[in-house]
Amino acid sequence: MKKTIITVVGKDTVGIIAKVCTYLANNRVNILDISQTIVQEYFNMMMIADLSAAEKPFDTIADELAQIGEEIGVIVKCQREEIFDSMHRI
Amino acid sequence: MINIHEVVETNEMIEKENLDVRTITLGISLLDCIDSDLERCREKISERIISRAKDLVRTGREIEKKYAIPIVNKRISVTPMSLIGAACCKSIEDYVELARTLDNAAKTVGVNFLGGFSAMVSKGMTSSDELLIRSIPAALAATDRVCSSVNLASTRTGINMDAVALMGKIIKETAEATADKDSLGCAKLVVFCNAPDDNPFMAGAFHGITEADAIINVGVSGPGVVKTALESVRGENFEVLCETIKKTAFKVTRVGQLVAREASRMLDVPFGIVDLSLAPTPAVGDSVADILKAMGLEQPGAPGTTAALALLNDQVKKGGVMASSYVGGLSGAFIPVSEDQGMIEAVECGALTLEKLEAMTCVCSVGLDMIAIPGDTPASTISGIIADEMALGMVNQKTTAVRLIPAAGKSVGDRVEFGGLLGYAPIMPVNTFSCGEFVSRGGRIPAPIHSFKN
Repeated sequence: MKKTIITVVGKDTVGIIAKVCTYLANNRVNILDISQTIVQEYFNMMMIADLSAAEKPFDTIADELAQIGEEIGVIVKCQREEIFDSMHRI
Repeated sequence: MINIHEVVETNEMIEKENLDVRTITLGISLLDCIDSDLERCREKISERIISRAKDLVRTGREIEKKYAIPIVNKRISVTPMSLIGAACCKSIEDYVELARTLDNAAKTVGVNFLGGFSAMVSKGMTSSDELLIRSIPAALAATDRVCSSVNLASTRTGINMDAVALMGKIIKETAEATADKDSLGCAKLVVFCNAPDDNPFMAGAFHGITEADAIINVGVSGPGVVKTALESVRGENFEVLCETIKKTAFKVTRVGQLVAREASRMLDVPFGIVDLSLAPTPAVGDSVADILKAMGLEQPGAPGTTAALALLNDQVKKGGVMASSYVGGLSGAFIPVSEDQGMIEAVECGALTLEKLEAMTCVCSVGLDMIAIPGDTPASTISGIIADEMALGMVNQKTTAVRLIPAAGKSVGDRVEFGGLLGYAPIMPVNTFSCGEFVSRGGRIPAPIHSFKN
């Protein structure tokens, strides 16, 4: 299973997680893990997701999530897990 | 499993510290495009480059999207053209036509530079090598994306001083042929000692004859990441300093390795090497000079600069070597002047001179790079500067290079502007005492002795 990391960074407001999760549920993306923290007053959320059941391709999901982020004033990024694994694991 | 702090760290490197993959370079062998008919040779070259590289740019973009990491350049390197053109090029104009063919192919596939308009003449020049070299000024003036390199020396063969003397003139002619663009042609022309066959960086990339039909080489970058890491250990001792650089270099290189593997898989072309160079850009914060400052120097060029650079270069390699299965190319910190905002400032405030830059090239790749000098500098002086740099590489068994811009019609106090990744450069003063008699002797400087290393 190829995992995808979805990150949300921005000023904390009501409904960020709800909006992103609703989109993921509607597109059959399974959330495996979710965590959040505040870095330099910015809300940081990370989700580990499984896109294998999703009908839309990775590109489209990444673009649409970025668009949702824009609407609520946060940055949403979608990246394959390998980049983090490569960098932080020997 | 990956945790949020690791994810935040990676994304901050990308977003705030200019972490990127500097280039994916597709090396393509053109050896079987050789033909005694120029037209036929041109057709074969075009066809080969376009068929091999048609998906390169698209693949690069897909990888960018997948990992959200910028891949700044997608480029091509080809077999040194003096080998390919030897059978069909009978005049300078023939070689210019070959350069145009390469330029058109590069534009068709959408790469920003194509390297390999090159000749390997470290011991002697064939008539084809010499024709290619003499065609460089016209070829670089007639094309936009072609880069040229000439290997003038090696540790095994010594220095070809005939070629060094010739290149002094060619560099001047190239500057004059592109005078309307601030002598931009010279930014696409580099001379080497011990040129590597698998260098992914321009202007010196070519696909050496030791290589397979096609290969993917990747150049990583990340001066900004190293600088930020060093800012967190200000005042600490050298052990901490070195460990910090090593760890950072490891992380940066792993990204390069991932991208190289992925590009290799998607294009079905074997993975060659990752080049561990710290390559700066004119963007603020993406500077090797800033790393030197973070290490405790007021300006690059201050006493201690050579030691700091030696340390930096070595630790980057130590960290990077473990992060990649194959390391090659130039692999070292680049110290170009025009492409590094911090270096430009150091030159402008008088901290950094040509002579200090030469000393710095003894301990890092790759050489005197992107340095603008007065347009009235004699060709023999340029040859002298080249000879010095070739001697450094030859004796120290390392790659060195010279990419000088004798800016036509300009003198100390002026500047040249190239824009984009090439940046701008203040004209630096050059020692005005003559070396004309020395460089015009003709012949070769023999290879150094490889024993009695005391």
